[in-house]
Amino acid sequence: MYKIGVIGDKDSILGFKAVGFDVYPITGPKEAETVLHQLAGDNYAVIYITEQIAKEIVEDIDKYKDEMFPAIVPIPGNQGSLGIGMQGVKKSVERAIGADILFNDDEV
Amino acid sequence: MAVMRVNPTRMELTRLKKRLQVARRGHKLLKDKRDELMKKFLELVRRNKELREKVEESMMKVHSSFLIARAVMSSEVLDEALMFPKQNVSISVSTKNIMSVDVPVMNFETSSDNEDDIYPYGYATTSSELDTAISTLSRVLPDLLELSQMEKSAQLLAQEIERTRRRVNALEYVLIPQLEETIRYITMKLDENERGNLTRLMKVKDMMLEQARQAAANR
Repeated sequence: MYKIGVIGDKDSILGFKAVGFDVYPITGPKEAETVLHQLAGDNYAVIYITEQIAKEIVEDIDKYKDEMFPAIVPIPGNQGSLGIGMQGVKKSVERAIGADILFNDDEV
Repeated sequence: MAVMRVNPTRMELTRLKKRLQVARRGHKLLKDKRDELMKKFLELVRRNKELREKVEESMMKVHSSFLIARAVMSSEVLDEALMFPKQNVSISVSTKNIMSVDVPVMNFETSSDNEDDIYPYGYATTSSELDTAISTLSRVLPDLLELSQMEKSAQLLAQEIERTRRRVNALEYVLIPQLEETIRYITMKLDENERGNLTRLMKVKDMMLEQARQAAANR
């Protein structure tokens, strides 16, 4: 059985605790890195991470991109969406096709 | 295109021709694979985009309710309210094969007895915004999980497409032209040898005829 983890600042992610996710409040990118690798080594299939933190540790997240687990998904934190999640989608489109053909119409 | 370093022999020629055939077939297959992968990927990524937009919007709602809840309640009370979650989520993962790419399929199970009763606290000390936040959150939950599955699939497919495209290009622009060139080179070399041999034979014949005629004249 796999688990689901959430990494982010406490205010953004505390609510996830109520629905049964494992919540890991962190304060800085250094801490986030450690927690991320720890969770990846553990039994977590999905790790949600707030965009505010995700933008600091992009390299660490990219390490797990080509592996099946864990799926690391950026979600907007309580300071609003930074468009990082969308950028991730866009990036995989660019990687696969070589040009961006989905996002022509908006400014992302 | 560079010609391979081979001996221009008939045996080598047959070998290369066979290799060319295999390469052509592989190229066609890989090309088909790439096209199909691309089709699947585009479908997936389009759904992925829509879903993400939806999820992000709901997440913002959750955050705004939660922020108010946090403002009106002291953080000790909030911490206490959420200390022991009632619901537990675990996922079982199987894999699905899309054109030889293994993508995860996640089924999640919530271990609560009652779908509506997810609040792990009594209502006395908490604000109603917290209820709103949590109920919204539990409603986005399926979408959130589907999003993670889809995003991972998109990433894995993108990787596979990139690899396949590289292979197709390597075959199309390097290996196949090289083989064709080499085959042409060997054929020409063999033909040249053939012609050389023929002229030599004709020359020898001429010389022999000449000798025979001189011998006849001397007699």
